[in-house]
Amino acid sequence: MANNPPQFLLHHDGDSVAVAVDDLQPGTLNGASVKEGTLHTAVLNQAIPLGHKFALKDHAAGEAIIKYGIQVGLASQPIKKGDYVHTHNMRSYRWEASRA
Amino acid sequence: MGSQPRLTGFRRPNGTMGIRNHVIILPVDDLSNAAAEAVAKVVPGTLALPHAYGRLQFGEDLELTFRTLIGTGLNPNVAAVVVIGIEPKWTDRVAKGIASSGKPVATFSIEGRGDLAVIADASRVAAMFLQDASEIQRTPAEIGDLIMSIKCGESDTTSGLGSCPTTSEAVDRWVAAGGTVFFGETSELTGGEHLIADRCIDDACRNLFQSTYDKYIEVIESTGANLLGSQPTQGNIAGGLTTIEEKALGNIAKTGSVPVVGVLKPAEAPDRNKPGLYFMDSSSAAAECITLMAAAGAVIHLFPTGQGNVIGNPIEPVLKLTANKKTAANMKEHIDLDVSGLLSFEYSLKEAGDRMMEVIYRCVNGRLSAAEALGHREYTFTKLYISA
Repeated sequence: MANNPPQFLLHHDGDSVAVAVDDLQPGTLNGASVKEGTLHTAVLNQAIPLGHKFALKDHAAGEAIIKYGIQVGLASQPIKKGDYVHTHNMRSYRWEASRA
Repeated sequence: MGSQPRLTGFRRPNGTMGIRNHVIILPVDDLSNAAAEAVAKVVPGTLALPHAYGRLQFGEDLELTFRTLIGTGLNPNVAAVVVIGIEPKWTDRVAKGIASSGKPVATFSIEGRGDLAVIADASRVAAMFLQDASEIQRTPAEIGDLIMSIKCGESDTTSGLGSCPTTSEAVDRWVAAGGTVFFGETSELTGGEHLIADRCIDDACRNLFQSTYDKYIEVIESTGANLLGSQPTQGNIAGGLTTIEEKALGNIAKTGSVPVVGVLKPAEAPDRNKPGLYFMDSSSAAAECITLMAAAGAVIHLFPTGQGNVIGNPIEPVLKLTANKKTAANMKEHIDLDVSGLLSFEYSLKEAGDRMMEVIYRCVNGRLSAAEALGHREYTFTKLYISA
């Protein structure tokens, strides 16, 4: 791993989104989960900056988005596996008024 | 635990232990800021703490202002206090609260005399306090003597992955060594508040936590506002955080794994005989939160940041850490510890914790934090509602 640092990280295996740990271009990426240490690969559909998220699975509109093994929001529109995930397609499920 | 060096601090007359030795000039109200700042200019080495409030407040909001003022004076990082207010009654109330600690305190009120006479008299006392404080020696300190506070800011997704887990390591080690830690940021637990409730040490603590949280959220939700851009902030969003829940889980990732032993009101000091991790009801705004925690007796603050918050506090050293390599490179002068290597698996969380502890120990023993060196002295009161 030391020679090949991860390009994205998941908090837990099973999370539905992952975080870019560098500015990333579309394509096949290597990643890992922090909790379990499992290695992952994923295909990113759009360029995203360090710290931003992309989907590890397809999400239907209204479907829970999982990070840290816990729901952190929901898809405000359908999200394809590999898509950039942020305020344009994800919102809070706790604070209903918090929408982009 | 690694090797813990000898720690030193300043023992106060009431037994509390500080890691700094400030003589402060404390205005009771906004009107007295000018005189307080003038005294600190006449006597360099003293520290004026100007702020915006202290007039026509009432009820719980006024009590909070008194608790904040008195708590600031009581903070173990403070050696002596010159209190200046517009009129004598509230000025004396603040001074009496501080003097209960046995620290030197002097009061001056401006009405009937004017700024210049007060500045002259207060400066004579401030100079004497400063000379006396300069003779106070550092003596051996234990972690159990020292209260740490934690609060993150301008967080991004790297906070939850690196800087907050590193802080968590430090929290667990601090509490294991008999220390006390404060965390707060009530609204920023939303989505993970059940995780904190689960860690409360007993039902009384859990019920108090839950009712405190519920009350705060009720106030926020009753406005009906769209909070996106406020909580999470625009900086959080720029850093990749999308929702309050996502931000909250990163926030909670810095609180360690130890039980929550108590729930504090804003600026409320904990029971000194009951060390451990305390939740303090507080805003998530950095300056407000740290001001409240310092007023409750915290002497050293850990501040994980993602996008690069620059906050400091006049009396409590603030140490910043980041796991965002861009922030570590571009805002180097603000960062006390770079843990971005955690995200590239260059070292373990335990090793990041060891590095954090080393930075903490050095700060305890006198090394200035980046925020201290850069003169960040944000002193900001929490206002609960309108003034009369």
